[in-house]
Amino acid sequence: MFSLETLTKLVQDWLNKTFPPTWALLIEFVIVGILAIALFAALGLVLVIMERKVAAWIQIRLGPNRVGPLGLLQSTADTIKLIMKEGLTPDGADKFLFNLAPFIVMIVSMLILAPIGFAKGFHIWDINIGVLYVSAISSVSVIGILIAGWASNNKYSLLGAMRSGAQMVSYELSVGLSVLSIIVLTGSLNINDIVLSQQNGWWLFKAHIPAIISFVIFIIAITAETNRAPFDLSEAESELTAGFHTEYSGMKFALFFLSEYINIFIVCAIGATLFLGGWMPFHIGNWESFNHIMDYIPSFFWFFGKTFFMIFLIMWFRWTFPRLRVDQLLNLEWKYLLPISMVNLIVMTLVAIKGWHF
Amino acid sequence: MFIVDYVKDVYGAMKSLLVGMNRTGYYFTHHKEIITEEYPDNRETLILPERFRGEVVMAHDENNEHACTGCSACELACPNGTIKIINKFDISPEGKKKKAIDTFVYHLELCTMCGLCVEACPTAAINMANTFEHSVFNRGQLTKRLNKPDSKLKAGVE
Repeated sequence: MFSLETLTKLVQDWLNKTFPPTWALLIEFVIVGILAIALFAALGLVLVIMERKVAAWIQIRLGPNRVGPLGLLQSTADTIKLIMKEGLTPDGADKFLFNLAPFIVMIVSMLILAPIGFAKGFHIWDINIGVLYVSAISSVSVIGILIAGWASNNKYSLLGAMRSGAQMVSYELSVGLSVLSIIVLTGSLNINDIVLSQQNGWWLFKAHIPAIISFVIFIIAITAETNRAPFDLSEAESELTAGFHTEYSGMKFALFFLSEYINIFIVCAIGATLFLGGWMPFHIGNWESFNHIMDYIPSFFWFFGKTFFMIFLIMWFRWTFPRLRVDQLLNLEWKYLLPISMVNLIVMTLVAIKGWHF
Repeated sequence: MFIVDYVKDVYGAMKSLLVGMNRTGYYFTHHKEIITEEYPDNRETLILPERFRGEVVMAHDENNEHACTGCSACELACPNGTIKIINKFDISPEGKKKKAIDTFVYHLELCTMCGLCVEACPTAAINMANTFEHSVFNRGQLTKRLNKPDSKLKAGVE
């Protein structure tokens, strides 16, 4: 059966045979870099068109349907337009920081890609502190946003950046705690180990109600952390024009836009890995024949299916709920999500110690 | 009790969120009833509401007769001088002079489609039509004459 693991092994063996080990490693770096950039470009195009189509369907509209078959080339056309536009730097802006900010945001999104397992035996870096790495790096992107807001020399941008900072710092806590509740069960921070521990069922089903509670908290908190509606205060277009990227245009704006979607993909991938078993096919306990049938679907499709399911959930939120006020946003985090996830973590620890899960 | 209120709050919030998602999920899965009008493509089948106000027209019957007596109530009702009525005097068979309409001038470029003229008309001679494609290359084409040439007043309308 075709799997990506054999493919990567083939490439590595061939490179090691043909080149000296250092060169082989360097060529692998280049290949991985190109693949990562290609994935980014593809994801940006797919997620933008998906968002617009989901929005249209939820609002009983048709959505983009002019460019290409069913309007599927709309986002490509938009990207070409953005590339050809002028990347203007305002006169009063801090030129260096202004131009640096989109790259910080983008590079952070790229870095988080490293430990994610896309398929069985197919990941960039099998690091033993994968989840910790992701949560550590993802908090750096707030610095990029703050720099963008500060360097723009614009009140809207600064307000948006400050809001975004407050929001990301507070919601990081409940993301961390809900991630921890799964780590408690697996006993490992390695993403591969987490996936393998869900061999006989996904944690969402195996760990009863505490897992469902932490899943709900996780999905609320990642919606807030990626600055998406109903928590899109940092770019609330009705009050702040576009928030921290008001002054950006052309490709620099496109980088912010792209990194928003890439961040959604990454947090959804982490969520899918922790709660829905990553690339692990849908297994039920000891039903050997059923599990075997499920194994015939390649792990690659399982991973992307789950991730896109999570992305769809988040898009569904966006087109259903109205935006929160700043005080409501912080109330929700500090008065509701944080205490609930703390209690939930204690319950989960009890479940793990007593072995009450399946 | 504080904790009871807290749990009630959380429960109520989750419930209302789920109700909202149920609604939008229903729309998402029932993608048949689309409200989008693909306008230039569906020009032939376009259905406009009956009360849509596109422009003022004067109805003529098959004998080229209309119901306008030339009372100029519409001209007075119009808030921005869209309508100008030019009257003439017909000589009736008995040799009496009778006021009749010569030209009903309608400036479409000034009209805001408020419909006050239609309401003011005592004989229901004018009404609002559904047409809305009014673009022309020359502003002069927007000044229209509503009564057709050689048309006359319907018998019995005073």
